[in-house]
Amino acid sequence: MNLSVDFAGVTMKNPVTTASGTFGSGLEYSEFVDLNRLGAVTTKGVANIPWQGNPTPRICETYGGMLNAVGLQNPGIDLFLERDIPFLKQYDTRIIVNVCGKSVQDYIEVVERLAEAEADLLEINISCPNVKAGGLAFGQDPRQVEKITSQIKAAAKQPVIMKLTPNVTDIAEVARAAEAGGADAISLINTLTGMKIDVHRRCFALANKTGGLSGPAVKPVAVRMVYQAAHAVQIPVLGMGGISNAEDALEFIMAGATMVAVGTANFHNPSATVEVIQGLEQFMRENGVSDIRELIGCVK
Amino acid sequence: MEQRKKCKALVTSQTRLTADIFSMWLQFPEEQNAAAAAVPGQFISMYSADGSRLLPRPISICDMDCEGRWLRVVYRLAGQGTEEFSKLRPGSIIEVIAPLGNGFDRREGKSILIGGGIGIPPMLALAKSLPGEVSVVLGYRDKELFLSDEFYPYAKVYIATEDGSVGTKGNVIDAILNNALSADQIYACGPVPMLRGVKLYAREHRIPAQISMEEKMACGIGACLACVCESRAKDAHSNVHNKRVCKDGPVFAAEEIEI
Repeated sequence: MNLSVDFAGVTMKNPVTTASGTFGSGLEYSEFVDLNRLGAVTTKGVANIPWQGNPTPRICETYGGMLNAVGLQNPGIDLFLERDIPFLKQYDTRIIVNVCGKSVQDYIEVVERLAEAEADLLEINISCPNVKAGGLAFGQDPRQVEKITSQIKAAAKQPVIMKLTPNVTDIAEVARAAEAGGADAISLINTLTGMKIDVHRRCFALANKTGGLSGPAVKPVAVRMVYQAAHAVQIPVLGMGGISNAEDALEFIMAGATMVAVGTANFHNPSATVEVIQGLEQFMRENGVSDIRELIGCVK
Repeated sequence: MEQRKKCKALVTSQTRLTADIFSMWLQFPEEQNAAAAAVPGQFISMYSADGSRLLPRPISICDMDCEGRWLRVVYRLAGQGTEEFSKLRPGSIIEVIAPLGNGFDRREGKSILIGGGIGIPPMLALAKSLPGEVSVVLGYRDKELFLSDEFYPYAKVYIATEDGSVGTKGNVIDAILNNALSADQIYACGPVPMLRGVKLYAREHRIPAQISMEEKMACGIGACLACVCESRAKDAHSNVHNKRVCKDGPVFAAEEIEI
């Protein structure tokens, strides 16, 4: 039975990774998850310098999901290279480094610093709804997406995954723009911009007023967008958005995702990633599927 | 390496202490005896059985019995999650991860323990386990007290109520001043305005203080960076002036946190 997939030229032992920001750099979850089991660990976004992030409260629960406005707090690339990469290198798993920035120059600086690092792939976050500059501003305009993708590609040594926002009218157009810019892969969906109001206190539930919606509540939107994006481009797709179990993961794979990421489900069940992998194995056994690649995009 | 995982705890009792405060004892399986590892000041993540509520509720540990494999939580109805917990009856199962976070650093000498509202429960486990002379100052809104009787075997108990219906009229600091309490260290848990007052009092009287913080959490294990508080110095892990309440706390030295 084969679970391994080729993703943008990198062989993954299975198609399951973590969604950036939900898993740190794996250290805390290593108490709960044997990281060797994962196809890849996708790290929390890292910038050229440390970021303080947003004021609290940074999260709130919503029906079947949650809103977050952490604001990409991160220790900066220096400490990340010194501490997080060596930690992950102890494990037999691929490393996908998520990169964030407030300007094109910020992204390029991080990408250049990562050139010599033992990272397997870079995921470029041009879709965070919770920071004022950069982030979402880049990801909503197809021309900007193509431009920044080509600039990052020119500087990157590793294959580049462009992480797309669902907060657009036509995801296919944005996916094509990333491909035209030279992206090796795309990942989606980042969170949907949302808001919650605390009616008892008559205030916003989040200090940032708005936040990114994730969790099972967004899954049907995510499956639809992964399907549309996968049909718009030739490059592979890393699908995510509300995946909690193997059946969810299979929906994304059958819609056209070569890899899938488990995000918010880690908060509900720290063992969720491994349980998804076990569930994929079980599904394949029970359904006589010898190679997971048979399932990628099988629903047209 | 053996991986930690969520654990199915058995509800062995559920008691209503006031209109909105409940006390629940949980028994842990032999192979996951969370009570053996727990220290006062730590918390547990309690999970809803309803899939529409994803995030664990972090609840402080109020009491523990290692041999019986029991932990006790005393919690306030704050929404649908805690309402669901309050309806669990003896024999029910609840998923938890326990214990989590860092507890109080228990020291010799005279101690003042300060609990405000739903910050009172962790002070009971602490009062039971401190070596020296213990005074407990409990702050309530009104005469609807809870847990106060349980402290008497372990501590001198002082009460403050906002409306003056029991003990000192005012807050916990008023009660400390009223009763001319002194100590070698202070331990406190409660709302931020109270902790701010405790920090100021401790600084003025040059008494080391440990405070337990609360913040909205998602993962509960230090990965998601939702529940941060501002630290005075740059934190070694975050590399910014933020500490994680769930992982670096919830107990902090008062002077290391900006509140």
